[in-house]
Amino acid sequence: MSTAERTLVVERPATRPAPRPGARPTSTYGKRTHPMWFLAPAFAILLVFFFLPTLFNFVYAFTDWSGFKSSIKPVGPDNFTQLASDGTLLRAVRITLVYAVLVAVFQNLFGFGLAVLLERDNRLNRIARICFLVPVLMSALAVGYVFQALLKPQGSLNELIGAVLGRTFDYAWLGDTTWSIVVVALIHAWKWMGLSMLIYLAGLKTVPEDILEAARIDGASRLRTFWAVKSPLLAPAITFNVATALLGSMNGFDVVQATTGGGPARTTEILNIFIYRTFGQGLFAQATAMSLVLFLLVAFLAFPVIRTLRKREEIL
Amino acid sequence: MKRVSDARLWTRLQPVVTTGLVLGLIGIPLWLVVVTAGKSQGEALDPDLSLPSHWQLFDNLREVWIDGKVPAAFFGSLLIVVPTVAGVLAFGSMAAWVLARRATRLNAALYALGISGIVLPPAVVTVVLLLRQLGLAGSAIGMIGVYMGIYLSTVIFFVTGFVRTIPVSLEEAAQIDGASPFTVFRRIVLPLLRPALATATILICLYVWNDVFYAFFVVGGRLDTLPLNLFRVASAGLYLNNWHLIFAYVVLMSLPLIVVLAVAQRKIISGITSGAVK
Repeated sequence: MSTAERTLVVERPATRPAPRPGARPTSTYGKRTHPMWFLAPAFAILLVFFFLPTLFNFVYAFTDWSGFKSSIKPVGPDNFTQLASDGTLLRAVRITLVYAVLVAVFQNLFGFGLAVLLERDNRLNRIARICFLVPVLMSALAVGYVFQALLKPQGSLNELIGAVLGRTFDYAWLGDTTWSIVVVALIHAWKWMGLSMLIYLAGLKTVPEDILEAARIDGASRLRTFWAVKSPLLAPAITFNVATALLGSMNGFDVVQATTGGGPARTTEILNIFIYRTFGQGLFAQATAMSLVLFLLVAFLAFPVIRTLRKREEIL
Repeated sequence: MKRVSDARLWTRLQPVVTTGLVLGLIGIPLWLVVVTAGKSQGEALDPDLSLPSHWQLFDNLREVWIDGKVPAAFFGSLLIVVPTVAGVLAFGSMAAWVLARRATRLNAALYALGISGIVLPPAVVTVVLLLRQLGLAGSAIGMIGVYMGIYLSTVIFFVTGFVRTIPVSLEEAAQIDGASPFTVFRRIVLPLLRPALATATILICLYVWNDVFYAFFVVGGRLDTLPLNLFRVASAGLYLNNWHLIFAYVVLMSLPLIVVLAVAQRKIISGITSGAVK
């Protein structure tokens, strides 16, 4: 792994003086050398398979589309008033947000902790890094089933805890209406912590050696070097990790479906689980309405995220 | 000199902590998978960390190989992943190159639109309706189109940022020699994009290969993919308490990826990081 990261470090200063894009080319120059038809295939696919269905969301959420009859009639905001009146709408939104925040926090804490722990390049650390990458590669569904087995009331985790405590321990980790959402978020974070770890490791490697040397000569302790010198230089890694963790968990499905399926008492039913369940029942319009809610929720929260991402681009 | 002894203590403790974390956090769950996959149904009713009294891993693997239609699912997954990844990389980097090089107001808007899919969730329910109207419902082509629509944004974002770090002078030399835009792109730009494309390839392969949510809506029940079949085997298996079969399937499904990781770990690790943090 060191080769790429070393080139990364070497490349960093070299890329800075690169000319500002598009500053020089005149319009005729651009037309001849970078024709617009290069955009056509990508944007055609985006239009048909991404934007058009999104547009449909705004139409079909206001109809009575269902699996029980062939005609589709507009019904106004009935789907939303119905979802709002029985409390489903607010609860699903709240659970999704709680889940996303918990995953973002846990995934970054674990990833960061592992990166700091495994920062030095030696054989043991390299092997450990690869081990923590195994869950990243595994299917999230498989990860969910593994933890469902592990966390059963008579499961292995409780057996281990019982052995330590010296008495039987049978807490239902995935059957608690208050805490199961936290447990599921921990599992989601466990699956992806290896990826966050890699990004943080790459970030730590970009800290120039001479700055660390200077800090050392000035007599800064390891802890102080870390907080004053290294952590500010990790900003791009933090942006990337927080954004991907937030968005990954807002669109989450597999881990929750495989561990709790939305239960107990629908306390872990994030929006995508609701959409999956109502779609399976043939209530297509309600599923669409919830899909639109997810879209608006993410779009609303995404503006700050996009702005940060673009700001990062400008710095580069 | 307390500080020095602290550092020395940590140097000695770090390998112990590392080994403990790897064994506890990764070892225990994976151990549970392997021993349970080797047990009989009766022994696996309540999965625990004990060794099976009699290993029947290969019998269990053979059973899910047939019940879970693993060969069909494997080729189904391959049939979808390969064109999706090839397509997003080709079309995405073409678009990203022009977007990065021609800084017009229109292109700024198109770029914002192009990367919006990184953030915005796809409309999974209405895409089913659209595919039905297009006559692509339940087909591999429809599934590939949906995945490409979802992940093109990722490629456009990574590659546009990367193109901007490549000096224009490299392209100009070829242009003066009379190379067409397509030749410049294929011969000069594309080879330089390798780090960004490697990152995008690995991430998109992972997402598409393991996806069950979008696949359920678009091709569920009509095309076999590995995660869809695991979902089916497990949904029936949990009801019947067939943990040995569920974990045998998990072993079958994860083994190829773990072999790839073991063989190409250096490339994978550098691939993930090189394009992501610059």
